[in-house]
Amino acid sequence: MLFNKLKTSKTVIPLIIISILAVSAVAVFASTEAVAPPVANSTVAWWVWPLVLFVVTFVLGILAVLGGVGGGVLFVPIVGGFFPFNIDFVRGAGLLVALAGALAAGPGLLKRNLASLRLSLPVALIASSAAIGGAMIGLALKPNVVNILLGATILFIVLIMATAKKSDFPIVPKPDNLSQSLGIMGIYREESLGKDVEWTVHKTPIGLALFVIIGIMAGMFGLGAGWANVPVLNLLMGAPLKISVATSKFLLSITDTSAAWVYLNQGAVLPMIVVPSIVGIMLGSMVGVKILAKAKPKAIKWMVIGLLLFAGLRALLKGLEIWK
Amino acid sequence: MSNDRTKASEEQIIYANILNKGMWFGLALLVITFIIYISGALPSHVPIEELSKTPPGSEVPYWSMRAHEFNQALNIPTGWGWTALAGKGDYLNFIGIAILAGLTILCYLAILPILIRKKDTPYVIIAILEVAVLALAASGILKVGGH
Repeated sequence: MLFNKLKTSKTVIPLIIISILAVSAVAVFASTEAVAPPVANSTVAWWVWPLVLFVVTFVLGILAVLGGVGGGVLFVPIVGGFFPFNIDFVRGAGLLVALAGALAAGPGLLKRNLASLRLSLPVALIASSAAIGGAMIGLALKPNVVNILLGATILFIVLIMATAKKSDFPIVPKPDNLSQSLGIMGIYREESLGKDVEWTVHKTPIGLALFVIIGIMAGMFGLGAGWANVPVLNLLMGAPLKISVATSKFLLSITDTSAAWVYLNQGAVLPMIVVPSIVGIMLGSMVGVKILAKAKPKAIKWMVIGLLLFAGLRALLKGLEIWK
Repeated sequence: MSNDRTKASEEQIIYANILNKGMWFGLALLVITFIIYISGALPSHVPIEELSKTPPGSEVPYWSMRAHEFNQALNIPTGWGWTALAGKGDYLNFIGIAILAGLTILCYLAILPILIRKKDTPYVIIAILEVAVLALAASGILKVGGH
């Protein structure tokens, strides 16, 4: 037992240290180059940036899985804060990164009946419509306003991550009329209990209203929205935690699609940023899943919170022109 | 023991299968076209090495410009105008991106007949509305103002 723990520690700890060092090193490198006099052409060869982006997103992919967050929420503030790319392109890439992650996870979650189509479809209609509005607002706002709002949102997410409780099996005394008429309910096999769990939801109208706000924020900042989806589905509407997490992940594939089209049509998508980021995050996530299978490093969650706190402050101070 | 009650519905399975195949196809295409782009095998509308350069009269390099300034500076069409440039190395990548972004519409269209057959009227309406919303977003009709 102790030997196994030590063995696991030997595998995980170096990976964590390498990850932290990699993020720190590229952040320092990236910020140094980003604040170079803008009138001069970049002294760094063009291929360095996609390569650095790939390394950073690979590390972010690992951290996202271990920290239990989506890739988009880490990607936008970190790449937006420390790379020379305009926040428009970063948000466009952030949406596509979150979309690719959701598309990759969606099929498995749907087949295992953990992501529920009956729960997703009404919610997605609201969130994806709102995300279009969010994307249009976000692209119309000035970059410093976007950065201030993004920073404030990230700090709010930090607060949610640090304080919000989760409930494995919330009690739903009585499904509301709307969820009953839409037949939002399901049954899934809970292996940890060795039994089938029936679930339904309540407070659907309030939940749907909140998804208007979530959709707007997802479109405006290109963050994905798992950080907000899960608390609403789980704590407010009363879906079991597993159903909430899986449905949230699948939902992003619809919400982010609508916003991604707006960014694509407005020319706010650069393949040079998008492709290395998608590949980096996806490969990182695969490595993260393997590490997660060996250990559950709770400290990682706090490291991710720390990283988000730093990135959120960076965005806020950049927007306020205190830390350019 | 797990039983039929815990199994995913017919439409959920169909949706998952299309999503799975489309995702891998789009992703593979994205990687292949990106290799073509960075290798220079096809000429690009905007050569990749130009992105980090600062044009005359500007204070920032192309990739630090706002999207609308970038489009103006490099004469890049918005909306579906990129399809006219799809033969170029950089815009070739947009095919994979558009496939990934368009998959959800395809999935909804695939489950619609099942929902109609099941006479699941509320979900038929929801699915039609969702296709309309996504088609509107994809159409390029929506313009962002305020610049």
